[in-house]
Amino acid sequence: MAQRLAMPAERSGDLTQLQREYSGSEILLRCLIEEGVEVIFGYPGGAVLPIYDSLYHGAVKHLLARHEQGAIHAAEGYARATGNPGVVIATSGPGATNLVTGIANAQMDSIPLVCITGNVNQNLIGTDAFQEADITGITMPITKHSYLVTDVRDLPRVVKEAFYIASTGRPGPVLIDIPKDVSNAKTDYHYPEQVHIRGYQPKTDPHPLQITRLHQALAEAKKPLILAGGGVVSSGAEKELITFAEKAQVPVTTTLMGLAGFPGKHPLWLGMPGMHGTYAANHALLECDLLIGIGARFDDRVTMGRLDKFATGAKIVHIDIDPAEIGKNVDTYIPIVGDVKKSLSASLDGLPRSRSQAWVKQVQSWCREKPNTYRDSDQVLKPQWVIRHLYESTGGDAIVTTDVGQHQMWVAQYFPFAKPRSFITSGGLGAMGFGFPAAIGAQLAHPGTTVISVTGDGGFQMTSQELAVIALSNIPVKVAVLNNRCLGMVRQWQEIFYKKRYSEVDLADSPDFVRLAEAYHVKAWRAENKEEAVRVWKEALSHPGPAVVDFRIDSEENVYPMVAPGKGLDEMIMGEEES
Amino acid sequence: MRLILSVLVNDQPRVLARVAGLLGRRNFNIESISVGESEEPGLSRMVIATRGDEQTMEQVQKQLHKLVDVIKVQDLRDHSAVERELLLVKVGAGPGTRMEISGIIEPFRASIVDVGPQSLIVQATGERPKLEALMELLQPYGIKEVARTGVTALSRGMNKAGMALTANG
Repeated sequence: MAQRLAMPAERSGDLTQLQREYSGSEILLRCLIEEGVEVIFGYPGGAVLPIYDSLYHGAVKHLLARHEQGAIHAAEGYARATGNPGVVIATSGPGATNLVTGIANAQMDSIPLVCITGNVNQNLIGTDAFQEADITGITMPITKHSYLVTDVRDLPRVVKEAFYIASTGRPGPVLIDIPKDVSNAKTDYHYPEQVHIRGYQPKTDPHPLQITRLHQALAEAKKPLILAGGGVVSSGAEKELITFAEKAQVPVTTTLMGLAGFPGKHPLWLGMPGMHGTYAANHALLECDLLIGIGARFDDRVTMGRLDKFATGAKIVHIDIDPAEIGKNVDTYIPIVGDVKKSLSASLDGLPRSRSQAWVKQVQSWCREKPNTYRDSDQVLKPQWVIRHLYESTGGDAIVTTDVGQHQMWVAQYFPFAKPRSFITSGGLGAMGFGFPAAIGAQLAHPGTTVISVTGDGGFQMTSQELAVIALSNIPVKVAVLNNRCLGMVRQWQEIFYKKRYSEVDLADSPDFVRLAEAYHVKAWRAENKEEAVRVWKEALSHPGPAVVDFRIDSEENVYPMVAPGKGLDEMIMGEEES
Repeated sequence: MRLILSVLVNDQPRVLARVAGLLGRRNFNIESISVGESEEPGLSRMVIATRGDEQTMEQVQKQLHKLVDVIKVQDLRDHSAVERELLLVKVGAGPGTRMEISGIIEPFRASIVDVGPQSLIVQATGERPKLEALMELLQPYGIKEVARTGVTALSRGMNKAGMALTANG
């Protein structure tokens, strides 16, 4: 549960008294408090000195990362775990550019973020001044919107708009770039009560006519299928989706971003579709006669870019809050522009039961007969077994974060998520180094929940410096490194598509992760086989503070099933039979 | 297919960069963009000429709508619209050819706006095919420099809003 830290009035401390005029940095802080911000992730520097001076009072909790990329991924983790905008502060120049990966990540996965950067004084902008970077220009393609504040009197309106834009409609990152002279300038302070942006009025209510058409299509469908994506999670529509699927008797496949948006143990769930999807999900996509995309964008990891082999016999219904998604990748028979939760709610009234009895039996038999498989071993530790064990040892009651790559796919395949927002991953951008700092943000949002950062030996080394943060603030994140001594997914592709010409994927000379963690004063263990894995993982889980477990897994293990690039969903390479 | 969009945008710094950047990164073709003040203070009108198939044209409009600084996108295919472009062309011309050129451009309602010893500047406005035709006729005299504004356009009559979509997030 998210613990509200304290109400704004109690937290405002020194700021409540005194002056009639406030500096830009004080105004910024007041605005953040007004917006209910619980925690800021950030890193100080020259251009944000005034802002950090305002933070000195401790009116809002600030978490000092060890790299701006760590700060923004932590802010994303917080946002993904709560649905509320994550807030990150970085200085001008390199501080700002270090945010770029996180901003792009949030843009791709539609995550609400408010990114605050300092900039040099306005009279220096454009002069290639020390630590100057045109961060609004650099981030223009990867933000939902951005502001360069040129007048301190605009600041409250800009902050209000930024939070509004970040968190409504299709969420996304908003950047506020504040030159140092604006942070220092003084003016009186009024926080606007309302926001009106003429060019931004997201449409959330679905058109009733399209809902009626959906009902008609469902009543006629014999092989309906729901493709649920991240939009289900971001609109909080899990309950509505379950009711919809059960009432209309429609099986559900969830994209990577949609995982945890529908219970992984539900009899109507088929698993994830696409490149590493299940047999049941992919074959359901091939054979369905009605495909209902819900908050999913039909991206190339789902369709394989082979629309000639994707749901070719199906009428496609597409529910999405972003009108630009409809018709972008697939031709849509019934477009429903609206908030997913509102659209599903609206369609529940009068929702017919589809004629799917035989179809449901069919897809369920695929689930039974063709589950994801791997060949287990008592000699080497298999990553799939480790993920299963993480699931069983927690009863699934955990938030799991990942980077990108093999470990991410194994989590997606072998950890059946039950609760929304319990799976936090870098989906669209596929950023290594995301999961560990994201776990820090998720843990701050949910202090009482077990938060596991499943990562690889490659990704962990991209942001492992944040071990300092979990140690110092005693943030009890459990890091499970699936250590295969190589860049597993790249190695897998080189094995399959490049004749085993392994080019620059060997990470055997990585540091000893146990000693690395210990150097940061974080408890750590290593496991080389099942017996050790069970024992040390139990210790790590019961340890009250942060922990790192180095699971030394089989370095040759591949992710299956797999659809090779350029192939259709009908050409799946299946995993080895269980022995 | 060619499409002309009339886009009302906030008169903000970088708004042209936002629009042009969007069109570029989404791999949309841009024939021309022209920007100027609109009838409403604080708003500019951008006229974008672009090419692509029907699906792409729809995507261009939807993606433009997602920009917070875009207030309205009008597809001028839905309207009867006036479309114009201004052409300035410097043509090689001595005392012997000035009168000839003057005769050539007359039916185009173009005018000579500058005369030098060895060249003159012709100004013409109109739709693209007309300007192309003029250029072709001037070619033999030697075209030294060309500047064109790109297309600007306005829907006819009082139907200002027309079929315009409203802004969406």
